[in-house]
Amino acid sequence: MKTISEPQLKQLIEAAIFVSEKPLSQQNIKQTLLADYKVTKKRIIAVIEALQLEYKERGIELIKVASGYRFQAISSLSEDLAILFKERAPRYSRAMLETLSLIAYKQPITRGEIEQIRGVAVSSTIMKTLTERAWIKVVGHKEVPGKPAIYATTDSFLDYFSLGTLTDLPQLMELTHSEELTT
Amino acid sequence: MVQQVLPLAMIRGEAFIEQPKDLFIPPDALAIILEQFEGPLDLLLYLIRKQKFDILDLPISPITEQYMEYVELMKDVKLELAAEYLVMAAILAEIKSRLLLPKQAVEDDEEDPRAELVRRLQEYEVIKQAALQLDELPRLERDNHLVEVALAKNFVPRTALTDVDISELVSALSEVMKRNAAFEHHHIQKETLSTRERMAVILSELSQCTEQKPFVEFSQLFAVNEGKSGVVVTFLAILELVKESLIECVQAQIYGQLQIKLRVAVNENN
Repeated sequence: MKTISEPQLKQLIEAAIFVSEKPLSQQNIKQTLLADYKVTKKRIIAVIEALQLEYKERGIELIKVASGYRFQAISSLSEDLAILFKERAPRYSRAMLETLSLIAYKQPITRGEIEQIRGVAVSSTIMKTLTERAWIKVVGHKEVPGKPAIYATTDSFLDYFSLGTLTDLPQLMELTHSEELTT
Repeated sequence: MVQQVLPLAMIRGEAFIEQPKDLFIPPDALAIILEQFEGPLDLLLYLIRKQKFDILDLPISPITEQYMEYVELMKDVKLELAAEYLVMAAILAEIKSRLLLPKQAVEDDEEDPRAELVRRLQEYEVIKQAALQLDELPRLERDNHLVEVALAKNFVPRTALTDVDISELVSALSEVMKRNAAFEHHHIQKETLSTRERMAVILSELSQCTEQKPFVEFSQLFAVNEGKSGVVVTFLAILELVKESLIECVQAQIYGQLQIKLRVAVNENN
């Protein structure tokens, strides 16, 4: 086991998160990147926190999403940066967003339950797109006739929306309940 | 029976006879608007919000009327969509007719016919709202831009080409086996190899034997490549066949190989 100095460790972790295509988790850093080094989990977290602090004033930030740490441009620059990515950002239909929201908030959920709440059939294209983007996955099958698939969201979904966990999703609207309806 | 003139709506006890002015939508615009609805619930919500009705006071009569106008139009524009909308039209009509029935004091605790629809509308509205919020969340591609960094010119991907000693492999394997054992669960699974099927295979194998050599060696019936479960299934099949008196198991000499042969039926009819 090799040892590594604090500044070197910081450089290495910084570069690794930069060049990695996917977010890097703390475990990932320890087990692959630093497999040959004698570094404790505590040290890794301390270095990441130090890096986050160093980037505070910069145009990019080090953030934690569901599957690990990644660098991204700070959100206040989004509007100005968007000019570089004109044709890249896809827009999603309301049908797709509603379906995705239902899966995100009401998971695990079957397609039938989605249709029940939305009042319309869910198109197969939407389910296919969501699956292909790896935002949703089948987590099982319901023990009812027909054994419908049960869907849930994935870490990629959380990564895409820069969320750490499902609890970071916006709060659902409060329902107003009225005991009696006026006729 | 002449239907009593109902106020258009009762909003918190106040009767509204006149339609609000902003209700009129030109038919052409309607066709465009229709395409934007995500279904009957969405359309109903739109109608309710448009007229500033309280969802809890759901005024069935005017809503149903307007809803039907939309559905009629929809039938002209997009026939295939109409089915889901027609179901809702039926629901509305049913609620309306139930509301028209004279109330009997005895059945006072009966649930309001609108309750279920109101619940569904609310449930849908929550999700509709959630979808809008989800759309506003900063997301990759649109709001968040990932950092892409090129690697230095001297970067060479590391490929693991270290020599592995055979003993390391063995010890690695034993580690895995040990770990495996610790995580072993008792699974009760449906047999993948069917005993019945195996019985049939054995019988057909034995029936190919000639008069001169009616036996097959016990060990030959086992296919080594099937592993432990294959052996067990074959053995079960043999036991089953012996039990059903379809085959015979003999041993010519002490310590000799077991021989299996078809049992010659003593009684032809048996």
